[in-house]
Amino acid sequence: MLFSRALLRRHSVLPGFDLALGLTLLYLSLIVLVPLSATFLRTAADLSWPAFVEVVTTPRVVASYRLTFGAALLAAALNAVFGLVVAWVLTRHDFVGKRVVDALVDLPFALPTAVAGITLTGLYASNGWIGRWLEPLGIQVAFTPVGVFVAMTFIGLPFVVRTVQPVLADLATELEEAAATLGASRRQTFVRVILPALTPALLTGFALAFARALGEYGSIIFIAGNMPMVSEITPLLIITKLEQYDYAGATAIAVVMLVLSFVLLLAINALQAWTRRRQGR
Amino acid sequence: MTALPHTPPTVAGATREPPWVRRLLMAGALVFLTLFLFLPLVSVFFEAFRKGWAVYVAAITEPDAVSAMLLTLTAAAIAVPLNLVFGIAAAWSIAKFDFRGKSVLLTLIDLPFSVSPVIAGLIYVLVFGLQGWFGAWLIAHDLKVIFAVPGIVLATIFVTCPFVARELIPLMQAQGQEQEEAARVLGASGWQTFWRVTLPNVKWALLYGVILCNARAMGEFGAVSVVSGHIRGQTNTLPLHIEILYNEYQSAAAFAVASLLAGLALVTLVLKFIVERRVTVLAARARRTGAAS
Repeated sequence: MLFSRALLRRHSVLPGFDLALGLTLLYLSLIVLVPLSATFLRTAADLSWPAFVEVVTTPRVVASYRLTFGAALLAAALNAVFGLVVAWVLTRHDFVGKRVVDALVDLPFALPTAVAGITLTGLYASNGWIGRWLEPLGIQVAFTPVGVFVAMTFIGLPFVVRTVQPVLADLATELEEAAATLGASRRQTFVRVILPALTPALLTGFALAFARALGEYGSIIFIAGNMPMVSEITPLLIITKLEQYDYAGATAIAVVMLVLSFVLLLAINALQAWTRRRQGR
Repeated sequence: MTALPHTPPTVAGATREPPWVRRLLMAGALVFLTLFLFLPLVSVFFEAFRKGWAVYVAAITEPDAVSAMLLTLTAAAIAVPLNLVFGIAAAWSIAKFDFRGKSVLLTLIDLPFSVSPVIAGLIYVLVFGLQGWFGAWLIAHDLKVIFAVPGIVLATIFVTCPFVARELIPLMQAQGQEQEEAARVLGASGWQTFWRVTLPNVKWALLYGVILCNARAMGEFGAVSVVSGHIRGQTNTLPLHIEILYNEYQSAAAFAVASLLAGLALVTLVLKFIVERRVTVLAARARRTGAAS
């Protein structure tokens, strides 16, 4: 009775609000909220503010932020460009096997990250299918920061395609016809008519891919080589500290990452609301 | 009559790119997908069978692999049903009722997706680990959560808990509550309404959510890795077993086990493809009837 009286905006003939919301809140609290709050409470209890700042700004940690951020940004950017191209080809072109390709785009969501990790490492190692062609060009991917970027690109691949695709499919071709009738070239139509309509979805996909890449662990540790200061990502540093029983250090770094993820989550929510408004739903 | 100097622009010409641009786009998409999607997929199976059928079978039937398989199945068998109940409860309250704080709740449900898997494992170490909140109490009662099966199950539940809810909520919101209200007015009890009206309406979305939830539950690596302790034959899931084999340079065996999970991923994609079309049809129908009424 508690929830229905306090929260419901209007009376409903349907039953079960208290039970359903009560169960939802209990489950969320036990599984997600209380354990997550442990990171903040433990950090506040274990470390003073200066100590916290010192832990999260040591050179090795800062190097890991730089790598994780930089690679995630580049990977999300590459995915934004090619995700748009793939979404375009899948909605506007017809070719044999299109539905298979469309279904396969979700592979990075379905493939366990450890499998992705060893597979990408195998492909990009100097004797791998791709690595052997890059090696003579002097490009090393496996066991370098470039490998981190490759793994992040793989796991972020579906996001932009899947956010842009529905918007592109809904886009009325009448607009493009009108633009053409009014004398716009195809390029002008794309830049002035199509691209603005896609921008919110494109940004949402970019942000989702970026957020996913920031937290990714499984696929990266195999291909990165994990050299401190060079190819060590932030999530790995958390694990390293845990293995050294440095709970305070691990938790402090986790707090930095969590705050960042929350900010990104809010940004993504705002972007999605913008996409929906643009679509007029 | 001479031919016109310029052919008038056709509709297709106005809304299509020149042929060379179309070919360039196709080529770009193809190269990108080949490098990052097709080649990885093919190479998993290629590497798995490279040393022959005998090595493959040996790798997936050795005792450690089998026990890892069983643990993976156990974790999924506990996590998926729990998250299913959670998803239904969350969707029922969010989609069928209008209450304050709904958007906050929606954001909170999405939260596990934006938390790094490593942090998902860490939080349970902080709560149940040796130096954790309940660490001393657990030792006093001879219970083990971290570096044991309960920790693995908890971490799996955390990373997979939004899946079912996220599939159900948009569909149930689009379907509205008129049908349930009609059932109630006609004298159905709350549970009857749920089993006979709501559930049949959302069964495909439910199945879709369960499929995605299960795939992630069986494949989770980072979160489970933190809480597992990597005890062979006891707290190793399939993804962790792959890591151990790979780090021991047993590449063929690692890829053999990986091919099982890759096969699971392919099955997931096929099921997803089938179910997704049903959900799209249902959602479109719900929107149409919703707009008509």
